[in-house]
Amino acid sequence: MDIALAVTVGGLYAAGIYMMLRRSVVKLLIGLGLLSHAANLLIFTAGGLVRGRVPVVSDGQSQPLAEIADPLPQALILTAIVISFAVLAFALVLIYRTHQTLGTDDLDQLKATDT
Amino acid sequence: MMEQVAVILPIALPLATMAISLLAWNSFAAQEVIGVAGSALLLLSAAALMWLVDRDGILVLQVGSWPAPFGITLVADRLSSIMVMLAALVMFAVSVYSLATIDDRRVDYGFFPLIQLLLMGVCGAFLTGDLFNLYVWFEVMLIASFVLLTLGGERGQLEGAIKYVALNLVSSAAFLAAIGVIYAATGTLNMADLAVKLRSFPDEGIVSVLAMLFVIAFGTKAAVFPLFFWLPASYHTPPVAVSAIFAGLLTKVGVYSLIRAFTLLFVTDLEFTHNLLLLIAGLTMVTGVLGAMAQTEIRRILSFHIVSQIGYMLMGLALFTPLALAGSVFYIIHHIVVKTNLFLIGGVVERRFGSGRLAEIGGLQHSMPVLAILFFLSAMSLAGIPPLSGFFAKLTLIRGGLETESYAIVAAALVVSLLTLFSMTKIWAEAFWKPAPNVDVPIVSVNSLSPLRRLALLGPIVLLVTVTVGIGLLAGPVMTMSYATAEQLLDSGAYIEAVLPDYQDPAFLRDETHP
Repeated sequence: MDIALAVTVGGLYAAGIYMMLRRSVVKLLIGLGLLSHAANLLIFTAGGLVRGRVPVVSDGQSQPLAEIADPLPQALILTAIVISFAVLAFALVLIYRTHQTLGTDDLDQLKATDT
Repeated sequence: MMEQVAVILPIALPLATMAISLLAWNSFAAQEVIGVAGSALLLLSAAALMWLVDRDGILVLQVGSWPAPFGITLVADRLSSIMVMLAALVMFAVSVYSLATIDDRRVDYGFFPLIQLLLMGVCGAFLTGDLFNLYVWFEVMLIASFVLLTLGGERGQLEGAIKYVALNLVSSAAFLAAIGVIYAATGTLNMADLAVKLRSFPDEGIVSVLAMLFVIAFGTKAAVFPLFFWLPASYHTPPVAVSAIFAGLLTKVGVYSLIRAFTLLFVTDLEFTHNLLLLIAGLTMVTGVLGAMAQTEIRRILSFHIVSQIGYMLMGLALFTPLALAGSVFYIIHHIVVKTNLFLIGGVVERRFGSGRLAEIGGLQHSMPVLAILFFLSAMSLAGIPPLSGFFAKLTLIRGGLETESYAIVAAALVVSLLTLFSMTKIWAEAFWKPAPNVDVPIVSVNSLSPLRRLALLGPIVLLVTVTVGIGLLAGPVMTMSYATAEQLLDSGAYIEAVLPDYQDPAFLRDETHP
C-alpha cells in the first residue's frame, strides 16, 4: 500500500509541475492544485499507514496496546486542505479578473511588470 | 501570568483590531482611528514583550496548558521579540501613512482590516514554536498579502499578483512536503523537540534532504537567489503603503524562518548546509544589486535592493559565528526601518509627479528640501555611510567575515555596498538634484492636503528617519542587544530547556508510532 501511495504522490507531483510549466494561466492553477494534493498525500503516507485501528486508549491504560493510526497527520492534512482550498478559490477569482482585464490567459503575455 | 499575556498579545491585538474595524465597516473615519490606535497599542505591547524577554529570558506559552511537544507552543526569545517590535513599528508607520495615501475605493474593500490580518500572520510566524503552526501563520500572512496586492484590480497589480501568488503557493507546497517528511522521520513538529531529535538522528542523508527542502521553502519566501524573481515583478505594483509594508516585513519572515531553522534544527552538517547558504548569500547580494542598477524607476530599484540585502542577512547566518550572527540581527533591525522608509519617501515622490520613473521627475531638492534631507539620510544609511545604522550593520558582518577568513564573501559585500551607494546616488541625482523636466506632468503639490493629512504623510517618514539615526547614534547598545541575541540563538540548549523543561524524561522521547 505504501508503494502504491508513493507512486501516486510522485505522479501527482510530476503532473502538477508539468501543468505549471504550460503557458496557460488556467493550467498553472490546475498545476498548483495538484501540487498541494500531492503534498497532502505525502504527509498522509509519511505519517504511517495503519489499517483499521482507531487512536483510542482503552480504559485503565496509559498508552495504546496495539499500533494505532496516527491522528496527527490527518489533522495536519485537514488544515492544509482547508487552506489550499481557500487559496485556490482566491486564485480562481484572480485569474478570472486577470482574463477580464487583460483579455488573455497566456502567461508569456503578462510581461508589463517584468524587468 | 503577565509574561504569558505578553506573548499572546502581538497575535491577539491585531486580531481584535481587525474584528473591531470590521464592525466599523461603514465608517471610514472609524476604521482609520481603530487601525492607528490598534497599531499604537501593538507597539506598546511589543515594547513590553521585549523588556520582559530581556529581563526573564525566553518566554514560553503552552496554549491550553498542553505541555510541549503535544500542544501548541508560542515562544518569545530575543530574536522573536525584536522582530515583533520591528513589525509593530513598521505597521504603526504604515497605518498612519495610509491615512493620507489610500483611496476611498480601497478602504471600501477593507484595506484597514486586511493590514491587521497581515500583521497577525507576521507576528504569529515570529512567535510560534511549532513548524506546522509556522505554515499556518505563513498562509494567514499570504492570503492577506494576496488580497492587499490585488486590491484595486489595476492591470499591473493583476499581472504581478499572478507571479506572486503562483511562486508563493509553490513554496508553501514545498514547505508542506518538508513538514510531512520531517514528521515521518522524527515523529514531532515542535521545534525544540525536533532540535533534540535531529541532533541524534542516525541518517545524515535524510537530514540534508530536509535542510534543502527548507532552504527552498523559506528561501522562496525570503527571495534569495535564484528564487527571487517574483519579488521585483510584483512589489512595485500595489499602492505605496502596501509596497512599504511588504518590503519591510514579508521577506523578513522568510529570513527569520531560515535563521530559526539553521540555528536550531539543522546544525549537524555545517560544512554542507552553511557553505551552501554562504554561496546563496553571495549570489543573492550580487544579482540583486546588478538588477537594481539596470532599473530606472524608484520603486523597482528599491525592490531589487531588497533582494540584494537579503544576501547580507543570510551572510551572517551562513558564517555562523556569534559576531556574524549579531551582524545579521543588526542588519535586519536596520534594514526593516530603512527600507520601509525609502518606500514611503518614494511614495511621496510618486504622488507629487504621478510617476516614479526617474526621467519624468526632478527638482525636488528645491521644491521639497525637507524630504530631500530625509531621503538623503535613509539612502546613505542603506548604502552604509557612517554614522548611520547601515554602516555598523555592515561593519559587524564584514568583521565577522574576516574573523572566519571568508574573504570572497567579504569582497562581495564590499563591492555590493559600493554599488548600492551608486544606485542611491542615482535616485538622488535624478529625483532631487537635476532640474524638473519640462514635460507635461501635472505636478500635485503636497501642500494641497489638509494639515492633518500632511502630517499623516510626512510624520511616519520623520519617525522612521529618527529611528535610523537613533540606531546609528546608539550603535553600542543596539550592538550589545544584537550580540546577546546571537549568543542566545547559538545556545539552542536554552531554547530546548525553556520549551521542554523535562525533556530528559524518557517518556517525552518515546516514540511508539514511528519505530
